[in-house]
Amino acid sequence: MLSSNIKGVTNGFPLRIEVVKVEEKTVEINADFLKNMFQKIDWKALTEASRSMGYTELPEESEFSLLESDEFLSRFHHALLELHLEEGALVCPESGRRFPVSKGIPNMLLHEDEV
Amino acid sequence: MWYLCAFFHRLLDYRKPEVESLARLFGAFEDEHQNGDVSYHLQWKLPLHHHPDSPFHFVNLPSEQIARNIANRSILVKGMYELWGEGGSYEELRDSVLSYVGDGKLPCLESGSTFRITVDSFGKAISLKEQMELIQGFSYIPFKGQVKLKDPDHNFCLIVVDNNNDGANNGLPPVVQKRFFFGREVGAADRKLIPTYQLKSRTYLGPTAMDAEMAFLMANQALATPGKLVYDPFVGTGSILVAAAHFGAMTMGADIDIRVVRDGRGPDCNVWSNFKQYGLPMPVALLRADNNLPPWRPGLKEVFDAIICDPPYGVRAGGRKSGGRKLLKGTVAPYVVPDDKRTGHIPSTGAYCLVECVHDLLDLAARMLIMGGRLVFFYPVLREDDYSEIHFPEHPCFKLICSSEQILSSRYSRVLLTMVKTGPYTEEIAEAARVKHMEFKDNHLKWLEDGNLHSAVFSPSNAQLTEEAGESKFLKDPRPKYRGKYV
Repeated sequence: MLSSNIKGVTNGFPLRIEVVKVEEKTVEINADFLKNMFQKIDWKALTEASRSMGYTELPEESEFSLLESDEFLSRFHHALLELHLEEGALVCPESGRRFPVSKGIPNMLLHEDEV
Repeated sequence: MWYLCAFFHRLLDYRKPEVESLARLFGAFEDEHQNGDVSYHLQWKLPLHHHPDSPFHFVNLPSEQIARNIANRSILVKGMYELWGEGGSYEELRDSVLSYVGDGKLPCLESGSTFRITVDSFGKAISLKEQMELIQGFSYIPFKGQVKLKDPDHNFCLIVVDNNNDGANNGLPPVVQKRFFFGREVGAADRKLIPTYQLKSRTYLGPTAMDAEMAFLMANQALATPGKLVYDPFVGTGSILVAAAHFGAMTMGADIDIRVVRDGRGPDCNVWSNFKQYGLPMPVALLRADNNLPPWRPGLKEVFDAIICDPPYGVRAGGRKSGGRKLLKGTVAPYVVPDDKRTGHIPSTGAYCLVECVHDLLDLAARMLIMGGRLVFFYPVLREDDYSEIHFPEHPCFKLICSSEQILSSRYSRVLLTMVKTGPYTEEIAEAARVKHMEFKDNHLKWLEDGNLHSAVFSPSNAQLTEEAGESKFLKDPRPKYRGKYV
C-alpha cells in the first residue's frame, strides 16, 4: 500500500523490500477480512513483496473465484498478515531512497530537503 | 415496535447516536435501503413530562433481536425493555400492566420459565425492605414460572422515577410528576468491559491515551466489526484501536513520533503489548508517517472501512508535520542532509495547526474510506460567545450524522463527530485539496497564529469581562447543558 512520496518522484510504487530479518506471527484467519482486502490490494506487488521475504507459495495470477479455495485463502492470509518485515528497508524504485524498517515499523518520514 | 430505553445518566450527548449507529450495524435500517434513501436516525419519544436529557426514552426498533443486539453491544444503555405498563402512581401502573397481560397467556408467564423482578430508581434511593414490598406488590401478575435470581429466562424491572425531592435532580430540571415503568428486559450493556480495559490497567500509556469508555463509544460510532479494517492516523499508544480490535475489526495505525510507535517503553511495554495484554489480534501494520504528506501509493483508494482518531488539537498535545521548524518559519533555506549522514538522520518537524490537520484528515478519509465508511474524530470547541452556532468542518464527500459534546472545562469542550462518506473522491476534489495544501504550506505562520487554541484555553481571563460575558451567555443560551453524573 505504501509508496515513496518524495517531492518530484512520480513512480514510487512498488517499494522494493530489503530484508534483514523477517518474523512470522500467527494470526487467526478471517475469511471476510481477506475477501474484503483482496479487492483492494495490488496482487503483483504482494507476490513480489512476499517473494522477497522468502515466501514463494503465492500464484503469479489471481482472481476473486480463487478465494473459495481454503488453501489459497490460507496462503493469502499468511502472506498478507503473518509475514512481518522486522528489520530491513523499503526502497524507492525511482530514486533509491531507503525508508528504514526497524522493530517492524516502517519509517516513512521525509528529510527536510525532500518535502 | 416501541421499546423503553433506559440509559446510564452520563455522557448525555453520546447516548442516542450510539444506539442509532448500532441500529445500523445490526440491520435496523434494511427496509429503507431498498427505497434508496439512507436514514441514520431512529424514531424517539419522551415519556410524559420528561426533559430531553432524561435517561428514559422510547425508541422504535424493527425487532426484539435487533433491540437485544444493540443493548448488549452498547456502552451507555442500562437496559432495553419491552414495556408492560407505566403510570403516574402504583394504581395507574397496575391498571396499565393488567391490560397488557390480558388473559395471562403471554409466553413469558408460562410455567416452564424462570424469572426475577428487580427494582431500579432514578433520583431517589429505595431501601431493600421497600424494594421487597414493591416486588411483592406485583402478585397481581399471573406468573406461573419459577423465581430464579441468578440467570433467569426473563428479567423484569420496575423503574421508579422520582426526582423531585430536593431540587438537585442529578443536574436535570425537576420532573413534575412521578413516573413508574414496568417491563421485561430485552438486553443491557456489558459495563464489565470498562474496568477490564480501563487505562490504569494498561501497560503502555501516553499523556493523551483515550479513556476506555470513550474509545468503545468511538468504535461503536465507527461500526467496528469482524472483517473490517479500521485506521487511526494519530495512533499514539493505540488506545482507540484497542477498542476497535475488541469488537473484532482489523486495525492499522500511524504516528509521526517514531518513539511512540516503535520503541514504547521497552520490549513488553509498547503498542503491540497493549493488544497482547487483552488477547486481541495485533494491528495489521503500524508505521511512522506524516498525515500531512501521507505515503500511500498513487491510485490507492477506498481501503479502510472506518477511520477513528483523536487529532492533536494543540491543547494538551500539539501536532507536528514534516518540514522542520526553521524551514517552515521561512527563515532559512532547506537544510540539505549530507549523504554520509542520511541513514541515521532524524528529520526535524514543525508545528501542525488544527485547521490544516483537520483538512488533511478529511482529505485522507475522503480518499481512503470505502463508500458508506465512517470517519469518527474529536473536534475541539471553545465555549465562547457564539457557542450555540458552532461550525464543524465540512467536506463534499461527507455527511455529518451526529455530533456529541463532552464538556472538558468552562473554556472548551470536545465534540465527537461522526461522518459518513456519501460521495466519491473525484479529480476536482483532489485538485482542490492539493491547492489548499499548498496554501497551508505557503502561509504556515499565519495559520499557526490564527488557530491557536492553547492560548484561548489557558490564557488568564479578564475577570470583569468574563463576568459580563457570563451573564449574557446565560441569557442567550437557549438550552442549558447538562453533563450527567460523574462526567
